Amino acid sequence: MSRRIHARRTEGIDKNVWVEFTQLAADYKAVNLGQGFPDFSPPKFVQEAFCDAVNGGAQMHQYTRAFGHPRLVQSLATFFSRVTGHEIDPLEDVLVTVGAYQALFCAFQALIDEGDEVIIVEPFFDCYQTMVKMVGGKEVYVPLRPKVEGSLSSADWTLSAEELASKFTPRTKAIVINTPNNPLGKVYKTEELQMIADLCIKHDVLCISDEVYEWLTYDGNKHVKIASLPGMWERTITIGSGGKTFSATGWKVGWVISSGHIIKHMKTIFQNCVYHCPTAAQEAVARAFEREYELFGSPESYFQQLPAMLHHRRGKLASCLQSVGLQPIMPEGGYFMIVDISSVKVDFNDDSTKDESYDYRFVKWLTKEKGLATIPVSAFYSPEHAKEFDKYIRFCFVKEEATLDAAEQILRKWRQGK
Amino acid sequence: MTSRHKNSKRIEGLDKNVWVAFTSVAADPSIVNLGQGFPDIPPPSYVKEALAEASSVDRMNQYTRGFGHPSLVKALSQVYGKVCGRQIDPFKEILVTVGGYGSLFSTMQGLVDEGDEVIIIEPFFDCYVPMVRMAGGKPVLIPLRLKSGNKTGTSADWFLDPEELSSKFNSKTKAIIINTPNNPIGKIFSRDELQMIADLCIKHDTLCFSDEVYEWLIYRGHQHVKIATLPGMWDRTITIGSAGKTFSVTGWKLGWSVGPEHLIKHLQTVMQNTMHSCPTPLQEAVAHGFQRNLELMGQPECYFSSLPEELELKRDRMAAILQEAGMTPFIPEGGYFMLVDVTSLNQDLSHMEEDEAYDYKFVKWMIKEKKLAAIPVTAFVGEESKKHFEKYIRLCFIKQDSTLDAAEAILKNWRKV
Repeated sequence: MSRRIHARRTEGIDKNVWVEFTQLAADYKAVNLGQGFPDFSPPKFVQEAFCDAVNGGAQMHQYTRAFGHPRLVQSLATFFSRVTGHEIDPLEDVLVTVGAYQALFCAFQALIDEGDEVIIVEPFFDCYQTMVKMVGGKEVYVPLRPKVEGSLSSADWTLSAEELASKFTPRTKAIVINTPNNPLGKVYKTEELQMIADLCIKHDVLCISDEVYEWLTYDGNKHVKIASLPGMWERTITIGSGGKTFSATGWKVGWVISSGHIIKHMKTIFQNCVYHCPTAAQEAVARAFEREYELFGSPESYFQQLPAMLHHRRGKLASCLQSVGLQPIMPEGGYFMIVDISSVKVDFNDDSTKDESYDYRFVKWLTKEKGLATIPVSAFYSPEHAKEFDKYIRFCFVKEEATLDAAEQILRKWRQGK
Repeated sequence: MTSRHKNSKRIEGLDKNVWVAFTSVAADPSIVNLGQGFPDIPPPSYVKEALAEASSVDRMNQYTRGFGHPSLVKALSQVYGKVCGRQIDPFKEILVTVGGYGSLFSTMQGLVDEGDEVIIIEPFFDCYVPMVRMAGGKPVLIPLRLKSGNKTGTSADWFLDPEELSSKFNSKTKAIIINTPNNPIGKIFSRDELQMIADLCIKHDTLCFSDEVYEWLIYRGHQHVKIATLPGMWDRTITIGSAGKTFSVTGWKLGWSVGPEHLIKHLQTVMQNTMHSCPTPLQEAVAHGFQRNLELMGQPECYFSSLPEELELKRDRMAAILQEAGMTPFIPEGGYFMLVDVTSLNQDLSHMEEDEAYDYKFVKWMIKEKKLAAIPVTAFVGEESKKHFEKYIRLCFIKQDSTLDAAEAILKNWRKV
């Protein structure tokens, strides 16, 4: 065609760090501590739930209710009503989506108009930026910064109250937060969320709260839902993920919980986008939540067992990195760890990456030359702040022990100069 | 609640949806549901088994390649490569999406811009119009018309007027959407009709979005032609397919777009910014389904042959009972829907006060009084064409015998009060 074929909304959002780096890890058959997915299986009860659903009769293979399989929205409403102390209506206040990714997409598409400002806390999961761009919104960034230089815990990375307040303008439509945070692992404390809530209420702004790692907190840190703070239920869009919750990222079952007047707009997007989610996977996630509802707080609960297991993996990865002279920032939650690589001297010897930022070059070198895949942290920063944070790389530790052992071997060999 | 929490402009006026309205009404188990298009016959057992097996493999429960699980895109490239007679690159010329619906969405979002005109043939699967509008495009409608002489009583009686079609194309036309076999009429566009459309696409340099989700449901004496295989069309066509319709698993929500790299890449950009990837075990199972049937293609054991054979019997049975009841069905050449003219029933609906088209009232009345559900056809047309389509309802016949038996019982007793 002689004229432009593509829609302008696809401009500037064609590059994607996941597409690029998962391909690279695959090409070099690297030990993969890059993309965030478990390399172990979902728990047995979850796999069984799926099998039961698949064998559960003809209706499991045909369309279910568009906005969410009845059994799933019911189990989500029941479960989260108890967790939040707020009565959640399964049909009005819940929307099931294709992964939390699509929940984010529906939120931005439904609520953000051309020219609306959206505050994004950095470091951020990269799709927030591209999704805001796609709707013609204006990204306004505010970084988390280490309170103390050389600080070694995600707890020390905070928002400056003045800086945050200065980002709110009459055109601000929403703020996006992610707790526990990817990639840093920060778990926002109640006071921090209250500060954000106060500004949302003062400026009448919506809050999109990405809580996909909500069950993964360590060291006694508690996950707090901003929607449960006074005045916040009616303006918060809380996003969750079956994939992260049950270690089944390939099922792509996510959800949004919010006040009905907001959900209804997201339903409009959804019904013009995919209209239904697969039935069997939703049935399986429903059964899994029903089980967890009964076992909540007990040692058999997967929401106790998974963080306990990952706490151990976190420790293992951290000591392995420290033993080779790398400085990890201990995450309070989530399953990622960022590592400061500024003290490491490497000759990249790779012309193909010479125009890229330091961490991109480092990650590519580490993948190609050493066979260890990670993700560059500046991918989680805005163009204006990327340069400040281009000496960090992200490791994922939701992996089998054997994978972490293999990574350890690679790191030792490298640092010993072999 | 304050006005700042209102919806974005892009969804203004797009909240109504015929399915949301009618599927809840028909969810009552005492109603015989020939409305929404999904099978109540079981899918082939090997497809369900493949899914159960896939989920028992650890890796299959985690993220796969965003644009499509490798085993699936490879299987699709083999199947469609064979059907189209060309080499199709599995990684660059195919995108896997959440249902055919998701492919339509990725196509519109990727290729339709503000101010672009998109020609849509009525009656159309209802989502085409809101999706075009959501992308900022302008739908330009053209109806299929019923020919006046020599009626066959089949979907072939519906045609596009060549001059009328030509008049819809102008310099703002970005694309035309075609659906063959067509939902709701079941028309299969002939090679000549597709050539006419292709000639206009080439002349005006427009794209073609071809929704072919019912491509395997072709009845005896007919052939499905892919417009992308006509000269000059591969480079400007996106062809959409569906696992749900292919393997009778609508609840799996997997579909795909096939086309040239320079178009598919924009759909891939949309995918990576909307859903990122489709479920892994489902894709693995569909890949198995295709691998198995690829070998059997052209033989009676192939599901793509056995399913239409099974459905043709149901089609003919349905048509006969409708005629007995005094309605006028149009026997479809393809697909699993039947268009039915209810004019001759002379059903008086003046007692129904809602300001709705006759077919909406008729379907509501039929659900209530006869316990039989269908879908009103004016849901599939624009305002101006409503008066030409309001005596038609759509029935779905991919139903098990007991459902058809129940429908038959109702229709046999129709004339009795």
